[in-house]
Parts: sequence; C-alpha cells; structure tokens
Amino acid sequence: MAKRIESVGLSAYYGGFRAIEDVSVVIEPKTITALIGPSGCGKSTFLRTLNRLHEVVPGARVTGQLLLDDEDIYGPGVDATGVRRTIGMVFQRPNPFPTMSIYDNVAAGLRLNGVKRKGVLDDAVERSLQGANLWKEVKDRLTKPGAGLSGGQQQRLCIARAIAVEPQVLLMDEPCSALDPISTLAIEDLMTELKDRFTIVIVTHNMQQAARVSDRTGFFTIEATGEPGRLVEIDDTQKIFSNPGEKRTEDYITGRFG
Amino acid sequence: MSLGSLPPVTTDPASARPGAPDQPVPSLPRTAGRTAERRGDRAFRGLSLSAGLSLLGIILAIAVFLVVKAIPALQDNTASFLTDRVWDPNNAQPAFGIVALAFGTVLSSVLALLMALPVALGVALFISHVAPRRLAGVLGYVIDLLAAVPSVVYGLWGIFFLNDKVVVASAFLHEHAGWFPLFGGDDIFGRSIFLASIVLAIMILPIIASLSREVFLQVPVSQQEAALALGATRWEMIRTAVLPFGKPGVIGATMLGLGRALGETIAVAIVLSPAFVVSLDILSTNSGNTIAANVALGFAEASSTGRGALIASGLVLFAITLVVNVIARAIIYRRREFAGAL
Ligand SMILES: Nc1ncnc2c1ncn2[C@@H]1O[C@H](COP(=O)(O)OP(=O)(O)OP(=O)(O)O)[C@@H](O)[C@H]1O
Ligand SMILES: [Mg+2]
Repeated sequence: MAKRIESVGLSAYYGGFRAIEDVSVVIEPKTITALIGPSGCGKSTFLRTLNRLHEVVPGARVTGQLLLDDEDIYGPGVDATGVRRTIGMVFQRPNPFPTMSIYDNVAAGLRLNGVKRKGVLDDAVERSLQGANLWKEVKDRLTKPGAGLSGGQQQRLCIARAIAVEPQVLLMDEPCSALDPISTLAIEDLMTELKDRFTIVIVTHNMQQAARVSDRTGFFTIEATGEPGRLVEIDDTQKIFSNPGEKRTEDYITGRFG
Repeated sequence: MSLGSLPPVTTDPASARPGAPDQPVPSLPRTAGRTAERRGDRAFRGLSLSAGLSLLGIILAIAVFLVVKAIPALQDNTASFLTDRVWDPNNAQPAFGIVALAFGTVLSSVLALLMALPVALGVALFISHVAPRRLAGVLGYVIDLLAAVPSVVYGLWGIFFLNDKVVVASAFLHEHAGWFPLFGGDDIFGRSIFLASIVLAIMILPIIASLSREVFLQVPVSQQEAALALGATRWEMIRTAVLPFGKPGVIGATMLGLGRALGETIAVAIVLSPAFVVSLDILSTNSGNTIAANVALGFAEASSTGRGALIASGLVLFAITLVVNVIARAIIYRRREFAGAL
C-alpha cells in the first residue's frame, strides 16, 4: 500500500529560524527518491517533516501542506502518532533499542500497535528480518541484545524494525554513512527490493549512491548561512546526473560547489 | 552507580570500518615527554591503588572493632539474640534480642520505599520529559533542595505537624479497611510505624527523584526518536525507550534511598514510640522500633554491656544493608548485556 507524497509550499522552522522554505514536490508511490545537497541545506529537516518528527524538537514548527494520498498530514485533527505509524524511518546512526533483544527490537513497532499474539509476532519478525537481509545472520541469536551486532547489522536491524509494521513510506536519512562499502551495497540492494512495496525517500551525500538506487533526485541548497534551504530542482535521476536543468545543480554534482 | 559496569561503546564508525589499523602501534622513540607520561601513569595507579586499599582497610578495621566490642555483651546475654523480642541489656541479667528491631527496620523502610518510589519516578519523569523547561528547572532545584534538608528537621516536622494528620488517617483506615493485615491492631494511633514510614518516604523521595531524573535525562535523543518514529505516544516512548534505559540507574537510586531509610536515626527516634514487638499493625502506637533509632535513644544511658548490645545491633544493620546492596547488584548484573550504552 505504498502512498504518494506531495508537499505544497512547505516551510519548516526551528524557533525563529527558517530551515527550509517553500518546498513543493511530488513523490510517486513505489519509487526511490534521493535528496542531495550541501551540509546544512535542510535535507534532514525536510525528511523529518514527512513523518511529523520535526515537531518533536522544542520550538520547531511547519507551515504548508503535506499530502499523503490527498490527506494533509498537517491538517486539523490529524494525530501525529498515527502518521508516524504509517511512515517508517531509518536514521543516520543505527539506533536499535539497547535494552532490547534483536527480536524485541523488530517487534517493538507491532507491540506499540497492540499486537500481542506470539505467532503473529514470530512471523512478522522473521519476515522483516528476511526483508532486511539479516535473518540468516541473526536467526540463532534473536534473544541477544541488538546493540551487540556490527554497525551494518544494526542498521539493517533498524530497517527491519521500520518495515515490520508494513509502513506505506520509508524514510532514510543517510542510512549508509556509518557503514563500510559491503554493508552499503547490501542496503542499496535491499532498497531496490523494498521499492516494490514502499515509497522510499533517502537522504545521501554519496552521489554514486543516489545515481545507483534512485529513480528521482532532488537537489537542495542554501544561498548563504542563515538563509533557508530551498529545493532547487527535482527530476529523473538520469537527467539530474547527465543534464540538470540548473547550473547550481551541475556545479554541485561535478564538485564545483563553493 | 552502575556506570562502571556498562559495556564499552561499540558504535564508533572508525572501528566498524574494515581495514582500520588495529595492529599494535610501532614503539615510539622514548622522548622525555613520553617518559613523563609513564611516570604520571604509574604515580596515578599507585595513588588510586593505595586509596582503594586504605578504604578496604578502614572498613575492615570498623568491622573488627565492632565484632570485638559486641562479643562480650553477646556472651553475657541471657536471652536469645536472634529470636527474643526484648531489649533490656542494662539489667544485671542482660536480655536482648534483635528480631523486633530488625523487623521494624525492614518493615518501615520497605513501606517507605513503596510509598516513595512511584511518586519519585513520576516526579523524575515529569521533570525530565513532560514539564516545560522553565518549570522543570524550578522543580529540579526544589527537589535537590529537599534532598539536602537535615533529617532532624523532617523528624520535628513529623512529630509536631504530621502526627495529628496521621492519627486521623489511621483511624479512618482502621475503621474502613481494618480487615487489611497492615491496618489491624488496637485503637490507639499516632507515633506509629506508619508515621515513621511516611516521614522516611518523604525523606528518601527527593533522593530517588533527583537521581532518577539525572538518569532519564541521559537517555539519548536517538533512542527517543526511534520510538517516536515508530508511532509511539509520549507515554509509550517513555515506556519503550526511557524507562528500560534508565532501569539500572533507577535501581541504584532506589537502593540508595532504601539504604538511607534503613539507617535513618534521628527522624525515626523523634517520631516513633518504641516497642519491641514483631507486628504488622503499623497504625498502632507502640507498633515497633528500628535499629538505628534504638541506638540513638539508648546509647547515652547504656552500661558497657548495653553498649556492646547496641554495637551488635549495629552489626546486624550493617549486614542488612549489605544484603540489600548485593541483591541490587545482582539485579543489575543479570541484565548487563542489555544495559543501554550507545
Ligand atoms: N534541532 C535543531 N535546532 C535548531 N536548528 C537546527 C536543528 N537541527 C537542524 N538545525 C538547522 O537547520 C538547518 C538544516 O539542518 P539539517 O540537519 O536539515 O541539514 P542537512 O541538510 O540534513 O545537513 P547534513 O547534510 O549535514 O545532515 C541547519 O542550519 C541546522 O543548523
Ligand atoms: Mg542531515
């Protein structure tokens, strides 16, 4: 049940500081969209507006619309926790719950949704770990702490945790930045597989990665420090990397940026 | 607390990268700087080792002293020290037993803990995760202040202010819930184990709340956001990410509070009407006594056998706190793999 995302004139603030301004973009279901741009231009901030995680930062707020299959998730009466239950997120640094076993980490989201039956949980845990390409490595130590895995395994555990609740959208903020090339490739393969079921948005600093995995690429930038970040353009990945519409995009991609 | 037993941080990206240099560093030329550093290391090791050893030595000396002083009194005792419910060591025929005192000590402390712990955790969570920042700051300050109030103040407040209220509450509980084992007994209330427990609870509440708040504030934002991103409400986030992470610290804080309650002397001595009974009727006057309070009240007029008897009771208190701490350590140790360090 992958969903379409559309932002309309979206701006995000940290207190009085406007971090991104007027972002309007359409993300089609069952695609991978990569967001690139220089550090501090608001990629993470934008990603976190997509599941309403931005607003948990004290003083942070969002204006504009964000439509998930035509429903505005910032509309009146919409419950942020309900939104987050349908949109999974994987963070830059692997963050499994250190006090939980591998099994409990994956089951955490389901348990929050009130699933208690052991059979259901067992199935979901196995399916998610298999989906995250981690099952073979951990199936004999499901009761061991999740924090005892390697960094790459931990990140795949976090992916398993995110997909266990069958979200409609999967957000990934630099999911490979702390990983070695082999784990990175494993996660990229995984994204291509997951694309059949989820709408995926990924933030990355790695151009090759964006070029390898994504269907569409969006380029964010800031004019100067203190200015809000803006979406310069978003287009098919091939087009962005071969023949971008904007000079600034080309400069950034070819490494001639500031 | 338990911080020393946490596993080392393992998520350093540099160490996760294959091919990171992990062969031994080739030995560097022995420059003056390095020798000085080694000497510093050695001096530090010597210093900390001797500090640790002298601490052990002091504890050992105290224990030996107490045992030596207690033995003659125990030999003169005409009653059974472990089982008899009397305390008359200054008599020509000294008779004293520890069971009533030990029972009263544990009972009042456990009751105090049961009353204080839920409130303390609520206060700590409110300060760390619910209250607006300004209010949280003020509350945190008040809690720290309360933790620093001397116990004699709590004792005086307990006897001159709280006792009347507790008498009323006790009468009510006895009348309406007298069937409950703790609320039975005769109809004379006040200066009871119940009052002592409440005073103890109020005393240890700020300690537990203050330490727990510190622990809850340590929970990494990444953990909390992980829970929120799964769609957890604030309370669910606290349950999934904050409480489990804080558990070893909360256990430590609880044990510290319990230790304080077990050893509390003057406040209990002031509010309690002492009796050498083993009774669950906590509402009644003369419902018990504690080891520490008994020492405080009896020491001035004690004969030499009396003093020995009090020292023996102190040894028992020492043993009780030791057992409590061992249990706490065991609980923390059993789950050490899952201690939150990321
Ligand atoms: N919690 C916060 N409070 C205040 N300002 C913040 C906060 N988080 C981010 N910002 C600011 O918002 C702007 C955008 O930050 P953001 O983290 O979205 O950038 P980014 O594009 O993800 O950068 P990077 O590539 O380095 O991760 C920056 O100027 C940053 O300083
Ligand atoms: Mg970022």
